[in-house]
Amino acid sequence: MKRIESLNMNRLTKQEIPKAPTKIKHYLTTALIVLLIGWSAYQTESSFIDFVEGFPNMFDLLVQMYPPSWSYFDDIVPAMLDTFRMAVIGTTMGALLAVPFALLCASNIAASNWIYYPFRFILNLIRTIPELLLAAIFVAIFGLGPLPGIFALAVFSMGIIAKLTYEAMESIDKGPLEAMTAVGANKIQWIVYSVVPQVSPYFVSFVLYTFEINIRAAAILGLVGAGGIGEYYDKTLGFLEYDKVSTIIIFTLMVVLLIDYISTKLREKLL
Amino acid sequence: MKSVARPVKPKKNRFMLWSIYVLLAAIYIWALSGIPIEGFKETAGQITKAILSGILSPDWGYVYLPEGEDLLRGLLDTLAIAILGTFISAFLCIPFAFWAANNMTKGKIAAGTGKFILSFIRTFPELVMALLFIKVVGPGSFAGVLALGLHSIGMLGKLFSEEVENIDFGPIEALKATGASGLQTLWFAVVPQIIPGFISYTLYRFEINLRSASILGIIGAGGIGTPLIFAMQSRDWSRVGIILLGIIAMVTIVDIISGYLRKKVV
Repeated sequence: MKRIESLNMNRLTKQEIPKAPTKIKHYLTTALIVLLIGWSAYQTESSFIDFVEGFPNMFDLLVQMYPPSWSYFDDIVPAMLDTFRMAVIGTTMGALLAVPFALLCASNIAASNWIYYPFRFILNLIRTIPELLLAAIFVAIFGLGPLPGIFALAVFSMGIIAKLTYEAMESIDKGPLEAMTAVGANKIQWIVYSVVPQVSPYFVSFVLYTFEINIRAAAILGLVGAGGIGEYYDKTLGFLEYDKVSTIIIFTLMVVLLIDYISTKLREKLL
Repeated sequence: MKSVARPVKPKKNRFMLWSIYVLLAAIYIWALSGIPIEGFKETAGQITKAILSGILSPDWGYVYLPEGEDLLRGLLDTLAIAILGTFISAFLCIPFAFWAANNMTKGKIAAGTGKFILSFIRTFPELVMALLFIKVVGPGSFAGVLALGLHSIGMLGKLFSEEVENIDFGPIEALKATGASGLQTLWFAVVPQIIPGFISYTLYRFEINLRSASILGIIGAGGIGTPLIFAMQSRDWSRVGIILLGIIAMVTIVDIISGYLRKKVV
């Protein structure tokens, strides 16, 4: 009797245990990732041995970077102010350019998909080009100095701000839009009184966020000759003055962290 | 109450607003006055035309050259730098993520230190890191890989730690109740909850890293940037055009694939 019961139990449990899903997909994914990484390591000629052999170099570098040359601060303050200027003007120009772009990209404002699809496509193309590359192109056109840096930042920030803003525009409340249509507003009134009030806090927040990004970007644009503090990396690294390099790095970090802090606080207040 | 008074705008607020306007105006005046506008170079128009015509008639012959150093190899190199750099950082940032997560480390100070280290790494520009790594391992793709690998820890660690902070403690308690060891709890209760987020963020960072990898070559850290900057310096605009097209095409395709994968994972 007992045996039969246990047999029944066995059968029961066997039926109830679901089959584990096949793991072939996981194995294949893992194999694919391992293959990709192996190929990448081969392609980039990366080797752990090189890294270990280079390690003493790194240590040397760190030793040479310490202590930072504090007197160098005075020399780079003007360049840092230039960097700040570039970021301010670049972000502003980008923000101004982004407004019409965002309006043309938002599907609930530019009513026809003949308008917003092409503009979104252009926007996506612009956003694929890294800011340093834009800067290199503008340097070729306008020559060395902060001016090409400003233009590069303007184009770059227009891409970010326009994308974020048109997405914010698409999620606004429809009520005011319909109300404005119902009272017979023309297109410009419609935008100014129903779209702008809803989007403007987001827009300001996006501009501040882009400004944070642009300060970081502006700090390196000098590497291609587009002005700002980045130019000093070339000058100091070329002469192997690592103590000055660490001064530049520390100064940049301080400014970036300070601006991040202020901007984050402002954005928290806005939204 | 007989009549409801019209709400009056608070005065202090208006004062604040005006002082912000004045401050902004001062910043703009200062910023605009400091920019040297010595007029555009006379050649600016010509060069713009040359660039545009170069981009419109790209040097298709450069796409594949049998003897090497062509567009395809450069792009593959860039892709490899991005893949390996992302993988290294995704791997290295895991301990940082747990360190910086409020619910995993005991005490606010420990998590705060972790968060500070991550934000420190994040603000350190990858190009400067690449410059330093070039001094360590010599110019080439490997320096780029190391720079991206180290720099991405900052952002990935932050995103991962937020993911860890948002996990549900139910499964952990359940496993502990059945007598699972610490490692078992981690593996069967924590890891399954955070894996989708991890994969999604890693892919997102990969998209960013691909863009960064395409410019690392400008300072000699491998990838398509090196031939690009050479072509620019020698004013070979049709070659610049084809390289730009190549970068745009690669980034767009990878974005589409990665976006599709991210939608599937989450």
